[in-house]
Amino acid sequence: MNGTFIINGNSRNFTFPSDATLLQVLRENGYSEVKEGCNQGECGACLILLDDELVNSCQVLAGSAIGHKITTIKGIGDIHNPHIIQDAFVESGAVQCGFCTPGMVMATYYLLQKNPMPDDNEIKLALSGNLCRCTGYVKIIQAVKLAAERIRNEG
Amino acid sequence: MKDKFDTIGKSIRKIDSLGLATGEEKFTDDFDFPGKQNLLHLAILYSPHPFAIIEKIDTTDAEKMDGVVDILHYGNTSRVLYTSAGQGYPEPSPYDMVLFDKKVRFVGDRVAMVAAETPHVARAALEKIYVEYRQLEPLFDMEKALNPDAPKIHNDDEYMPIPSVYDISKNLAAEVRINFGDLEKGFSDADFIIENTYSVQYANHCVNEPHSAIAYFDERGRLIIISATQVPFHARRITSKLVGLPIGKIRVIKPRIGGGFGAKQEVLLEPLVALVAIRNKRPARLVLSREEVFVSSRTRHPMRVKLKTGVKNDGTIVALDMDALMNAGAYGSHALTVLANAGSKVLPLFNKIENINFVGRTVYTNLPVGGAYRGYGATQGYAALNQQIDIIARKLGIDVLEYIKKWRIGEGETSPVFEALGEGKEGVKQFINSCKLDECIDRGAKAIGWYEKRDKRIRNGDKVRGVGVAVAMQGSGIPRVDMASAYIKMNEDGSFNLHIGATDIGTGSDTILAQIAGEVLTVPVDKFIVRSSDTDLTPFDVGAYASSTTYVSGNAVRICAQKIATQIISVAQKLLDCDEENLILDNGMVRNIETDESITFERIGYYAFYEQDQFQIQAGASYYGTESPPPFIAQFAEVEVDTRTGQVKVIKFVSAVDCGKAMNPKLAEGQVEGATLNGISYALWEDYKFDDRGRMLNSNYSDYKIFSAADLPDMETIIVESYEETGPFGAKSVAEIGINGPIPAIANAIYDAVQVRLFHSPFTPEKVLEKIQNKK
Repeated sequence: MNGTFIINGNSRNFTFPSDATLLQVLRENGYSEVKEGCNQGECGACLILLDDELVNSCQVLAGSAIGHKITTIKGIGDIHNPHIIQDAFVESGAVQCGFCTPGMVMATYYLLQKNPMPDDNEIKLALSGNLCRCTGYVKIIQAVKLAAERIRNEG
Repeated sequence: MKDKFDTIGKSIRKIDSLGLATGEEKFTDDFDFPGKQNLLHLAILYSPHPFAIIEKIDTTDAEKMDGVVDILHYGNTSRVLYTSAGQGYPEPSPYDMVLFDKKVRFVGDRVAMVAAETPHVARAALEKIYVEYRQLEPLFDMEKALNPDAPKIHNDDEYMPIPSVYDISKNLAAEVRINFGDLEKGFSDADFIIENTYSVQYANHCVNEPHSAIAYFDERGRLIIISATQVPFHARRITSKLVGLPIGKIRVIKPRIGGGFGAKQEVLLEPLVALVAIRNKRPARLVLSREEVFVSSRTRHPMRVKLKTGVKNDGTIVALDMDALMNAGAYGSHALTVLANAGSKVLPLFNKIENINFVGRTVYTNLPVGGAYRGYGATQGYAALNQQIDIIARKLGIDVLEYIKKWRIGEGETSPVFEALGEGKEGVKQFINSCKLDECIDRGAKAIGWYEKRDKRIRNGDKVRGVGVAVAMQGSGIPRVDMASAYIKMNEDGSFNLHIGATDIGTGSDTILAQIAGEVLTVPVDKFIVRSSDTDLTPFDVGAYASSTTYVSGNAVRICAQKIATQIISVAQKLLDCDEENLILDNGMVRNIETDESITFERIGYYAFYEQDQFQIQAGASYYGTESPPPFIAQFAEVEVDTRTGQVKVIKFVSAVDCGKAMNPKLAEGQVEGATLNGISYALWEDYKFDDRGRMLNSNYSDYKIFSAADLPDMETIIVESYEETGPFGAKSVAEIGINGPIPAIANAIYDAVQVRLFHSPFTPEKVLEKIQNKK
């Protein structure tokens, strides 16, 4: 198959097998910031935004995403100009091994767009599809709260 | 003791965290490397049988497939016995495996491996490999492993590379015995005897990043291995032996690692990618699937502990008899040392017991293979001991917190167990320099509301609440075994390259070690360019295990930085023309304390490089620990037991830890929080389910549930600082200890709520309900 995707604002054309997942196509074409943790839609490491929806890219056939807008973690901020959420994760000590972090940040980004003032339970539910074995989630939840507060203050 | 620090004790941002949070930092499978377009993809054929001999393997059809390049199996690879345990040399684990064997010993054992042009072809080719197995009677029950008529899992030329009990004719992978005093007399002096059998189960580390490795040749024909490893130097050594390439021809690079917890203290994939690269002169890549991680990598060793204690009415434990039986699974990776730690990291905590007998045995079965797992035997041992202590205190009718405080080891004290039991050899006599366990207990008790909740059985409909406690210690590296080293050079602008063998697996050790160097050299962390764990570029370090990095590697960095400080001062002395004794490092400068005259590191750097008697300010240092000061922890669980369903919910969990001086409090808390939640998840949910043929039934996250954020109880972590004089700036360790308390603290809390004892984790609703119903 062949198709064009709008990835982080850039139009990109790829050729791939018809049974390839979006995760495979992204990783094979240099988007290594999207992580593969289980390939079964259970760990959340491969979360991206497909148009405006949060999806596990390992559960999406690449062919079905042709022509759509894809946002990865590098699409919301980079090392020179990080997003408030990325900064908040760093500052809160929410990044240990960092393998779950891209997915966690995307889930947080999605949550805060829908709900700028989430309480603890809403945060926990929003992140329930993202597994982390390093942090015990404590500092990740603090990071989400810190990011929410800063985004509100900026707003 | 230094009490004022500039960098130590500050929650400095982890130096790789922004790169990780923006997706810039690279894990093993994220790399571009020379020849990537020519990459071979690997797929492994696993045994469907628990125990069988391969009578015939026919790869003809698979070889004919388009894109299949190489197929490895016992018939075309050499038979070199080794252990996959990534330990020092010689490893204290039996040499009982080969890369591809004629015999398979568990469902998930390697049979063959295909190298192909695409992952799809590699996997498809597995189906075209025809294997004829002659099935053997399997052994699943570890309690039966020592029976004379039990099937023998290993019966060839396997051996233990160090002097130690190892007897394959009995399925005995390891045995440890220690004995002090007179056990019989102790029991006869006792006013009462408590005897119980406890057990803990299989579990997976659930590292977020699956095991991954890549091998390729560089432009000079040396083999480069990028690997998700906790032990790059051991991986180099063991791979060298297995593939027949000298150590000097191999470079192992450890990039960012997506979680370790012991899972990656195992040399699993490096020899496989290396062998394919060497045979085909092409790069090779192998990344395990989640199912492969569950089934074929390594697990927590299950352990059954029989614990018998004789107690006087005044609370004195006059005799303790501990019989530990550990299941190695099919291979004996870490079979001796995890077992030994169930005694050596556990028994010294109650050091007033004069009559002790410890018998530990590790046996083979036809089940998945145990390995290093955070807590490393201490978790298994403390699950038993802490429940037993709770039972004793209740029988005596006294508060268990007061009981622990009375009988625990304290500063200036020792235990004969330290000397008797080491890791694969005798231990090291040591005295406790720092112990704030009482303060941990007091502050933890306050945070959980111990005295308001204990024995109150607060009821809400069918739900009853209770609180329980557990205490533990661990070590800080393996004394007289672990060695770490560091190298520092100064650039002319006053920045430094810090090269360390230490392996940051997500813990933040790159940051912590820069903090230690920064404290010595009076500069902030951002003055250091940190490079770690590259066998070509960094000096040796045993790797990230045994809670060693801050203490052992940290001491190497501290010594190295002190050497640099000496050189800086010697240059400054020439520039300032004064006595060296008057010169100190101060805020990135050298200051004359008499005249207050200062000179910057930059001025010193330019002088040393370009002006006179030119030289590179540089130093290397090693540290070899002769002690292993234990951190201490008190952990408290508040649970709510649903008496109708048996469901146990952890409402609040408090961990109060004495890790010495916390180098970076946020990172230290993060270690405790992660370990604790892993422990809670293990206590309540995690287990391997097998069918009657030893096949794992729940090898995915839907069926093997681990805690998510939605399941998180109210967690509180309290750092109770002590100052360990032998550690770098007072540090001990903190990485593993938090996983030791959840099982017993929760079990004790369940008892507090509903007066039933759960001796066997995980504490599932079925088990709890059955106990509640039997009690009625």
